[in-house]
Amino acid sequence: MKSTLYDKLWNEHLVHANDSGEALIYIDRHYLHEVTSPQAFEGLRYKNLVPWRLNANIATPDHNVPTTRGKSFTADSIEDEISKIQVVELDKNCHEFNIQQFDIESPEQGIVHVMGPELGYTLPGMTIVCGDSHTSTHGAFGCLAMGIGTSEVEHVLATQCLQISKLKNMQVIFEGQPRAGVTSKDIVLYLIKLIGTAGGTSHAMEFSGSYIDSISMESRMTICNMAIEAGAKVGLIGVDQITLDYVKSHSSLSSENLNLAQNFWKTLRSDDGAIFDKKINIDVALIKPQVTWGTSPEMTIDFDAKIPVESNTPKDELENFKLAKAYMGLEDAETLKDLSFNRVFIGSCTNSRIEDLRLAAGVIKGQKVSEKITEAIVVPGSGMVKAQAEAEGLDTIFKEAGFLWRDPGCSMCLGMNPDQLKPYERCASTSNRNFEGRQGNLGRTHLMSPIMAALTAIHGTISDPS
Amino acid sequence: MSNSSIQGVVAPFDRDNIDTDQIIPTEYLKSIKKFGFGDYLFDGWRYLDQGRLGMIPSERSINQEFILNQPAFQSSTILLTRDNFGCGSSREHAVWALRDFGFQAVIASSFGDIFYNNCFKNQILPIQISKENITLLFELSTLGPQSFEISLIEQEIKAGNISMSFEVEANQINRIIHNLDDIDITLKNKERIELFEMNRRNARPWIFE
Ligand code: SF4
Repeated sequence: MKSTLYDKLWNEHLVHANDSGEALIYIDRHYLHEVTSPQAFEGLRYKNLVPWRLNANIATPDHNVPTTRGKSFTADSIEDEISKIQVVELDKNCHEFNIQQFDIESPEQGIVHVMGPELGYTLPGMTIVCGDSHTSTHGAFGCLAMGIGTSEVEHVLATQCLQISKLKNMQVIFEGQPRAGVTSKDIVLYLIKLIGTAGGTSHAMEFSGSYIDSISMESRMTICNMAIEAGAKVGLIGVDQITLDYVKSHSSLSSENLNLAQNFWKTLRSDDGAIFDKKINIDVALIKPQVTWGTSPEMTIDFDAKIPVESNTPKDELENFKLAKAYMGLEDAETLKDLSFNRVFIGSCTNSRIEDLRLAAGVIKGQKVSEKITEAIVVPGSGMVKAQAEAEGLDTIFKEAGFLWRDPGCSMCLGMNPDQLKPYERCASTSNRNFEGRQGNLGRTHLMSPIMAALTAIHGTISDPS
Repeated sequence: MSNSSIQGVVAPFDRDNIDTDQIIPTEYLKSIKKFGFGDYLFDGWRYLDQGRLGMIPSERSINQEFILNQPAFQSSTILLTRDNFGCGSSREHAVWALRDFGFQAVIASSFGDIFYNNCFKNQILPIQISKENITLLFELSTLGPQSFEISLIEQEIKAGNISMSFEVEANQINRIIHNLDDIDITLKNKERIELFEMNRRNARPWIFE
């Protein structure tokens, strides 16, 4: 019987299946952050329960942390009282329940999906959950990784299992070589445009093809990260030499376990001829840099294309279309190049890894941020990314160009900390969601790659990367 | 306690892709409580001013046009909407806000996967029916405020003289009917989990290092 990678991972972790299709799946790794965990710990306390397996859990505060912390900043230094409560609460809960936390003072602290793989906590073949939809990121390592709600966070803490039903299998094959200036972010935005934000609903989405084989773990994580924006709870990429090399250089496993593990990890690929419920083939060479124009990640166009107009919008999409266009303030714009930007945000669990910062720095080297831009910020995804970037001198390139160089966290991806758009400000953002109000009340977000965002900082408008 | 039917006024909210950021904006995620989100449901649409955790509705600038602010819909228990409701973030706060407002069921043509699961953990029934049936229910709603009756046992919606069936996994609907606790259910398998874990520890020791 030929199996997909998803089926292999499912079978490997199946504790018990009942007749109605629902199953208990064993969870290897559980990441926690301050926003979706307090109510789960409260539940444990209320029911007098303790975590089932302590060392499965790794916590860090990321959503609420200010990015202008500097040295000797503690949780108590957070000015916003309500943000402080959450970060302090995570500290308290981790102490009380004995869970390992990389707290706000830790040099490793970062966005949980950036930090976890870097510290070697994400290993191929694991089941990984977190109270955060972008947990799909870890699927890049051949992991069955998915976002869960807070009740499920409590459930995983208490039982080390998740009650779920099996997803269907979907295969997305990216073949060919990308054009100059096209990154994995453009590739995944293109996919979302093609299949829509519900295109992968109730499917595990496996990415493969010669393009995927050729890219780094960082780029693969960007693609799996945004699988959720294509509706898929799970994104997946099979294990190859690139995966193994990354894991070897990041994990702290004993050499004995590492050797044992490697033989198993190599099997974590879909079998040739495995059957998928849905299949899509995409020729990467045809893809231009992608930028969103609207308030959903599927509202994406080629950077130089005309912004859609009413007359060519299907009738059942018209209402949403008009709302998005009005919200984004596009009345007078024919193409994205006609828009002036106010802010630039390079960061988020989609694009804040070292490779992203290298790409952005490469574009701006020796140039200055446009006077039209009131603020351009770079927020590294973790303490390790920040240190690495500084060792390479990338921070100097950003600062000399006029960017602000910040401390790690989610930052303006969702604006729970002070990094927020003001009403009607237009932002070039490397994050993953352009929903209404996501980056600040009435703020206007255009999603794009780090290259396109860096260029927008220099010119104040969308421009051609080639 | 058993809960075999849901009745009440239907709020028809004609929009696709309502994401969890819209259902409950980020600002309110700062609460560490599990209750008290009802006043902030659809905050960005329901009010004209910018909301903060702790604000009370009587002191805010209300958007009178918004459906849930219209007198007929203020005590709705059923939400009718279109495609891909609850996509986006995994925040369970979205479901808590719907619950705290008083919603017991959401009818849509499709749902975000994580949101869909979260509903059952909080006594909210997500009902998925075809786009054609959704359109039919919206047409009915244009005649004026409607009351629907939803039978959880029969898995059927009665709306005026229309009735339509829907499907929900038996386990899932039982959670709502009998108000079951997931952790209790799982811990009935405690020995199975322990055995599984022991075998896994032997076969894949690096996971436990
Ligand atoms: S960076 Fe954005 S998308 Fe990623 S975990 Fe943080 S808030 Fe969520």
